Amino acid sequence: MQYRWNWNILFVEPYFGWLLAGVKWTLLVAGAAWIIALAIGCTIGVMRTLPSRMARAIGTAYVDLFRNVPLLLQLFLWYFVLPELLPASLGHWVKRDLAMPEYWFSVVGLGCFTAARIAEQVRAGIESVGHGQRMTAAASGLTTAQAYRYILLPLAARNVLPPFTSEALNIIKNSSLALTIGVLELTGQSRQIEANTFQGIEALTAATVLYAMLTLCVITGMRVVERQATIPGTLARG
Amino acid sequence: MRYLDWSVISHAWPFLWQGLQTSFLLLALAMAGGILLGTLIAVVRLSASRPLAAVAACYVNALRSIPLIMVIFWFYLLVPLFIGRPVGTFTSALIAFTLFESAYYSEIMRAGIQGISQGQMGAALATGMSRMQAYRYVVLPQALRRMTPVLLTQSVALFQDSSLVYVIGLHDFMTSVGIVANREARLIELYLFAAFVYFVICFSASRVVKRLQDRMTVA
Repeated sequence: MQYRWNWNILFVEPYFGWLLAGVKWTLLVAGAAWIIALAIGCTIGVMRTLPSRMARAIGTAYVDLFRNVPLLLQLFLWYFVLPELLPASLGHWVKRDLAMPEYWFSVVGLGCFTAARIAEQVRAGIESVGHGQRMTAAASGLTTAQAYRYILLPLAARNVLPPFTSEALNIIKNSSLALTIGVLELTGQSRQIEANTFQGIEALTAATVLYAMLTLCVITGMRVVERQATIPGTLARG
Repeated sequence: MRYLDWSVISHAWPFLWQGLQTSFLLLALAMAGGILLGTLIAVVRLSASRPLAAVAACYVNALRSIPLIMVIFWFYLLVPLFIGRPVGTFTSALIAFTLFESAYYSEIMRAGIQGISQGQMGAALATGMSRMQAYRYVVLPQALRRMTPVLLTQSVALFQDSSLVYVIGLHDFMTSVGIVANREARLIELYLFAAFVYFVICFSASRVVKRLQDRMTVA
C-alpha cells in the first residue's frame, strides 16, 4: 500500500490547534481526576488500616468493586447508566443543563477508578511504617487519630511518593479513554486529524511524542517533590 | 425511572457468549505471546551486551509511556501498511496486546530473574552449561515459578484492558454488549450485566491468585 508522507500537516491550522487543545483536555481530565483520586484514595486507604472492622470492610469493598470492572465499562456506567438511575429531576438536570457532561463524567469515572489504586498504595505505605510505630504511639498515650496525624501519616506519605508517580502517569494514560464518551483529548484529537487528512501516522506520532513529553514532565516534577520530602538521615537520597 | 427488562440479555446471550469467547481467546494468545516475548526481553535487558540491553530498555520504556489505546490505534493503522493488505481487527489487536503487555511482563520477569541468587547462575555455569542453557534449565524455571502470581495478576489486568478493542470495533465481549445495548435501546440492563460479568470473572480470578500467593509464601 502506498503512503504519502506529509509532516507539515501537524503545523498548519487548524490541526496544530487541535493538538494543543488535545493536550489541554488531557491535562484537564487527568488533573481534575487526580484530585478526586487523591481525596477518595487516601480516605479509603486509611480506612483499610483502621482498627474498626466496619471501616475496613467498606474500604475493601470499594477497592474490590472499582478494581474488577474495566475502566471503559466504568465510564459507560457513569455516562450512560447513572443519569437514568438518578431521581427524575436530577437526571433531567444532568442530561439537559449540565455543561459538557462527557467531561465531568470522565473526570469522576477516572477519579473513582484511580482512587482504588491509590488506596492500595496508601494502605501499603501505612502498613510498611510498621506495627512498632503504631504500638509506640499507643503506648505513649496518643489516640488513634493522633497516632495517624503525628506518626503514621507523615511517615507513610514519604513511602507512597514513588508509587504515586506511577499512578500519576497512569492517570494521564488512562485519560485517553475519555474519548470513548466524546471528550476530544489528545488521542481523540489525533484520530480526528487522521479522519480529516488521512495522515494517520503523522497524527499518531504527534500524539505519542506529546504523551512522552507529558510523562517526562510528571517524572521530573515528582522527583523534585520526593527530594523536598526526604527525611534527613535516612537512606533515601534525592 | 423506566422499568428494567432483563429478558433482553437471554435473547442476546448467544451473541454475547461469542464475544466473551473472543475476549478469552485474545487473552490466552496475548498472554502466551506476551510472557514469552517479555521473558526474552528481560533476559536481553540483563545480558552483558550494553547496546542490546539499552535497546530492550528503550522498548519497554517507550511502550510503558504511551496509552494502550494509542498502541491499539497504531497497530490498527500500521499492520495493514506493513503487510500490504488489510488484516482483521483481531490480528492487529492481538499484535498490539502481545507487544504492549510484553513490556509489562518483561518488568515482572526481570524482577523474578534478579531475585534468583547469583550462586545459581554460577553453579550452572560451573557444571559446563552455556549461558543459554543456564537460563533455560536453571534460572528461568525458578523465576517463572516465583513470579506466577504476579504474572497472573497482570493477566487479570490484561483481561480488563482487552475491553479497549471496542475502539477498533473488534467483536469482543465489551463491543458485543455495546452493540446489543444500542440496538435494543437497553443500555442500563446491558452495561450493568457486563459489569457483573467482568466483576465475577476478575474478582474470582484475583481471589485464586491470592490463594496461590499465600500458599507459596508458606511453602
